Amino acid sequence: MAEKPSAAEIHITDSTITLTNRLDHFMARWGWKRESHRVVPGLHRLGNPAAESMVFASANYTLSFDALRSALSGTDAWILVLDTKGINVWCAAGKGTFGTDELVRRISSTGLSDIVSHRKIILPQLGAPGVSWPEVLRKSGFTVEYGPVRARDLPEYLKTHKATPAMRKVEFPMVDRIVLTPVEFVHIAFPMIIVAAALWFLAGPVAALAAVAAVLAGTVLFPVLLPFIPTQDFSTKGLILGAVVALPFAYWLGAAPALPFWANALGAVTPLLIIPAVVSYIALNFTGCTTFTSRTGVKKEIFRYVKVMAVMAVLGVLLGVILGISRLLGVI
Amino acid sequence: MFDSYRETSLKYDPARCINCRRCTQVCPHAVFAEGKEHAELEDPGSCMECGACALNCPVQAITVQSGVGCAWAMIGAALRGKDMDTECSCGGDDSSCCGQSKETGCGCGEK
Repeated sequence: MAEKPSAAEIHITDSTITLTNRLDHFMARWGWKRESHRVVPGLHRLGNPAAESMVFASANYTLSFDALRSALSGTDAWILVLDTKGINVWCAAGKGTFGTDELVRRISSTGLSDIVSHRKIILPQLGAPGVSWPEVLRKSGFTVEYGPVRARDLPEYLKTHKATPAMRKVEFPMVDRIVLTPVEFVHIAFPMIIVAAALWFLAGPVAALAAVAAVLAGTVLFPVLLPFIPTQDFSTKGLILGAVVALPFAYWLGAAPALPFWANALGAVTPLLIIPAVVSYIALNFTGCTTFTSRTGVKKEIFRYVKVMAVMAVLGVLLGVILGISRLLGVI
Repeated sequence: MFDSYRETSLKYDPARCINCRRCTQVCPHAVFAEGKEHAELEDPGSCMECGACALNCPVQAITVQSGVGCAWAMIGAALRGKDMDTECSCGGDDSSCCGQSKETGCGCGEK
């Protein structure tokens, strides 16, 4: 639907992050109604902006928009919110929804060129994978300025409009990795509960615990320990972490008394095959959540390691089945 | 060994560069550095193929096959019999894998 430039509504916002905002951020982190953390797209007025005030662009995801408006505390500015379907700037830029077309469309539908006297719009740097500045200039007359990666660096950046190398760089610090763990865990929690319950009945509480341990290792421990685990590939990192997590279970099954040697040996090998395979697969799937993996590299990983994981998992399950049947038949 | 990330699809032709420095502004991993006559390809091994440099280069001195390095999306696409290279990246509200299950988990929730 085309909006008439003259009829476009200007929304009013401020820099205060309320308790309700914080609750919304918390729920977003846990993946609660993940499509619903949205801001109205269009032009927002922050403070008392005039015709010469700066224009900033943002996504219509509450975490993105709130980071921007709170960083601009005390500044009178215009915020142009693009419709990114409730997705943050970087992911939306990768998809193209935070992109040249949407930016040009919003500039025109809000009648921005009649509201401000200048022709400059400041974008978050991470919007750049979706935006071509020469094309925006050609189609809208507006020059794109790429601000820092993080909104919180804006006050410092705006003093000179020059970013330091640190402001331009994306890191992936511990705290950023930790905030991703709830959503990682939540989306795999349900299958984990089913598998753990099934294992409890088939093989006892320790087997159920092993399933929970593998999933927690993959979704929580792995992101937290990411830079400290040896090797570069996520799959091999996952195999290493998985092997460490599997050791106590291997010991428990391998040292179980009153069992023949072959049963102890199979018991020890089974978790060493299954747990690393599971952790490694979850670890590989974390690539998309990081800030640095290239498509070329991830593709290489998939072709190199998924076969290995599958073989390990299948072998491990076969051994487990053999052990289970032996127990049922009273062989051990 | 155990490093699948050393090579990427990034290609840069310094002869075409007009030294506008946009690539150094948009790269999140300092792959490009400012140079006297043209941008310098400083750290190609850190490239994550986001495509920002190529898209913002006014003279097409940079090419890269951009995409999101997300195993979740690529394996999902392969399992559904779709093309691993063109299937979804993050975002979108209909059939996108990330839109349904992993959208905040894209490493960029705060930005």
